[in-house]
Amino acid sequence: MNPSSAESAKRGISFIVNGEAKKVLAHPMERLLDVLRNNLGLTGAKEGCGEGECGSCAVLLDDMLVNSCLIPIAQANGASVVTIEGMSAHSLMKPLQESFLECGGAQCGICTPGMILAAAHLLDKKLDPTLADIREGLAGNLCRCTGYMQIFEAVAKAARRRVTQ
Amino acid sequence: MPRKEGWDKVTGAARYVDDMALPGMLHGATVRSTIARGKIKQIHFGPGVDWNEYVVVSAKDIPGKNCIALILDDQPCLASEFVNHPEEPILLLAHPDRPKLRKAVEAVSIEYDSLPALHTIEESERQSTIIWGRDNTFKNFLVEKGDVDAIWKKAAHIVEGEYFTGAQEQLYIENNGVIAAFDPKNGVTVWGSLQCPYYVHKALITLFALPEEKVRVVQMETGGAFGGKEEYPSMIAGHAALLAMKSGRPVKIVYDRMEDMAATTKRHPSRTRHRTAVSKDGRILGGEIEFTIDGGAYATLSSVVLSRGTIHAGGAYYWPNVRIRTKAVATNAPPHGAFRGFGAPQSLFAMERHMDRIAQVVGISPVEVRRRNFLKSGQTTTTEQTIKENIDLDRLLKRALELSDYAAKKKRFAEKNKAGTNRKGIGIAAFLHGAGFTGSGERYLNSLVGAEAGADGIVRVLVSSAEFGQGTNTVLCQIAAEALGLPYENVSIAQPDTSVVPNSGPTVASRTAMIVGKLVQSAARGIKETLTKTGLLHEDYSPEQFRAACKEYIATHGALKSYARYEAPPDVFWDDEKYRGEAYAAFAWAVYVAEVTVDLTTYSVTVDDFVALQEVGRVLHPVLAEGQITGGVAQAIGFALYENVVWQDGRMMNNQMTNYIMPASMDLPPIRVFFEENGNVHGAHGAKGIGELPMDGPAPAILNAVEDATGVRFCSIPLLPEDLFEALRPEFNEQAVPSSVRGIA
Repeated sequence: MNPSSAESAKRGISFIVNGEAKKVLAHPMERLLDVLRNNLGLTGAKEGCGEGECGSCAVLLDDMLVNSCLIPIAQANGASVVTIEGMSAHSLMKPLQESFLECGGAQCGICTPGMILAAAHLLDKKLDPTLADIREGLAGNLCRCTGYMQIFEAVAKAARRRVTQ
Repeated sequence: MPRKEGWDKVTGAARYVDDMALPGMLHGATVRSTIARGKIKQIHFGPGVDWNEYVVVSAKDIPGKNCIALILDDQPCLASEFVNHPEEPILLLAHPDRPKLRKAVEAVSIEYDSLPALHTIEESERQSTIIWGRDNTFKNFLVEKGDVDAIWKKAAHIVEGEYFTGAQEQLYIENNGVIAAFDPKNGVTVWGSLQCPYYVHKALITLFALPEEKVRVVQMETGGAFGGKEEYPSMIAGHAALLAMKSGRPVKIVYDRMEDMAATTKRHPSRTRHRTAVSKDGRILGGEIEFTIDGGAYATLSSVVLSRGTIHAGGAYYWPNVRIRTKAVATNAPPHGAFRGFGAPQSLFAMERHMDRIAQVVGISPVEVRRRNFLKSGQTTTTEQTIKENIDLDRLLKRALELSDYAAKKKRFAEKNKAGTNRKGIGIAAFLHGAGFTGSGERYLNSLVGAEAGADGIVRVLVSSAEFGQGTNTVLCQIAAEALGLPYENVSIAQPDTSVVPNSGPTVASRTAMIVGKLVQSAARGIKETLTKTGLLHEDYSPEQFRAACKEYIATHGALKSYARYEAPPDVFWDDEKYRGEAYAAFAWAVYVAEVTVDLTTYSVTVDDFVALQEVGRVLHPVLAEGQITGGVAQAIGFALYENVVWQDGRMMNNQMTNYIMPASMDLPPIRVFFEENGNVHGAHGAKGIGELPMDGPAPAILNAVEDATGVRFCSIPLLPEDLFEALRPEFNEQAVPSSVRGIA
């Protein structure tokens, strides 16, 4: 494919990102992760494995938790995408962020945006999750630093905080 | 105390190298060897690629010495004539459009004359071909204490065993990456994901033949390292900087996962042989230990990894007589390198499995054999270092057994295992980990630390010690704040940047809290002394008074800085020739207990409960300390049960997270962490190293538990379901001895 045909293969993609309407010109098979990071400057989602194993590129796509490295941008056309940067107004964010800091849930921090999105997604569905719920809810997010224990603790604490709020 | 850089991490604002872009930046990629060993005959740039669009760098473009300067300088930055392992870098390409690089890398084809290659320790030892030096050996050590040859005839039992550990990938979630810029006036600047800014600095000075001040290395937020970003960043930084020099534009190289796993370092595979003379009542009279590690194709850090493995080989026990022979050998795999524990998890795996073997032969319990052989204060280690600390390993063991409910469980499991399709077991490991560089290492490093107070009364810590999750920023700020009597918020830490911070040494060897922490304490005290000596500050000051004093001092005298340099404790003696003396300024001590279930239907092992009890001196920050232990235990559970590097002709075949399995949230037991506190004279506020210790104990504790559950003596890790299947199926037992239980003679 010569450069001009690569350009012509690009399509206009319209979607909502963190509540704002966005339009980008991209090849339909470009990864949502690359469009978020390179075209829109949203670097909170990270690439860990590029094959949907580690969850560090997790974002919410129409309220579903997805690995953005596996989503062709064409699939996001017309959808609503929320990244860690767009979560600040979410009522769960403050309790989650504070609990992560207090409990040691973030060490190197590279899995943390994905981990916090997964935790928020879980707490949106379950008011009072058990440890088993938390383990399952975070099963798609790998962390190499913590051994997960302090992350479980942080999520449980955030859930309790919300209940008492 | 919250983690200093924590807020940026939980909001996604923290900046890692791949989050950064410079104007006009190109992307770089590496063309690598496809064979294990051979002579490069010809390089073809294939059709279908407009090569004019690409910047191409080969070894000829290197202005200085073509090596990654580290210890022996034997590893080239780019292979020019010969390749010695798969994935060895040969050419570098750069292009503005990252996706276009993959196709270009594939379009380069290289013709080789293949040479015979070596892929195991045994092949390397046989020396059918010599691939490194005179005898394929990077380094060997001999430790001798007492008279081993005289003890065999006094022994009631002679217990032998052979133990193996596999390679392990560090698997930091952020892959290796750097950005480099070059200009003829200022030289090279590199921003990267790295542990040791001054290692990269030294390597670039050599590669570019530039003076010190023309190389600048900046550590970005680093998404995990575990040793995997100790020496390798010098390589990738050299590559990006060469492309930047040739193109005149900044160049980013960020590996994808497959390249990172295939091409960068892993934990050294090892083999350990024990032959131990034991008395009738289970006391070690003496023994021989042979410890061998596979270093891969170049020397890199293997000699230092071997050193730590050597010194830890005798474990937490008293050996009246011992001979430890160790060596690091060459094979045609990518060089193995630093990984949390650094040789100790390998030799301690063998020691702690062997203790259970000794117990069986003598006919006493695993608990009793350890109790009878524990080191005590006043006794000497294998290198004849007298234990001056007040240690009580009996008490540590007793507490670990209580915390894990060991005795009751052991009894209950033995009863339960008579029926059903599951077998339960419980196992222990007792061990030690030396903190700081080995022997005279800290003396050579000669670390320097600074502190600088601003007119706003904020004190900034100046160190090259890097934060990569362990809590360096937080703990060092905490130590400085405590030394100054200031709130934690009034202390900050500089981003490690070689143009700003002095060389406080590499961020390795569990040395940061203990060694660098102590220097931070001294530097911070220096600021306070300067202010009190000039009469600007009096005892019992408030932060406001401190601020006023700083402001006045700076207005009158200029910058308010204080530096502290490492001074070796006077009573530390080490003989590098005989490998004898004070190997470490302090040891951390631990007893771990693992409880497992072996499923006789799936042949999988599940760890059900894990107790980690350790004595690490004063615990500076309980949340961070606990996080170091749980994280280390999790990695070590992976090392024991999941993480299998599949090799073929020196290349990792399963270089993906899909088929190289690390523990996920569903895979781990509750990891219950406990500390015994004990003061230590050398460290800051009595702290000892902590980061590597938890990597040492879990694997042997788990395999001891598996043996307790099944009665089968596995001596090799990772222990996979297929190994259990072979060993536990009766029809297999009657056939040849399975490879996984090698060592049962």
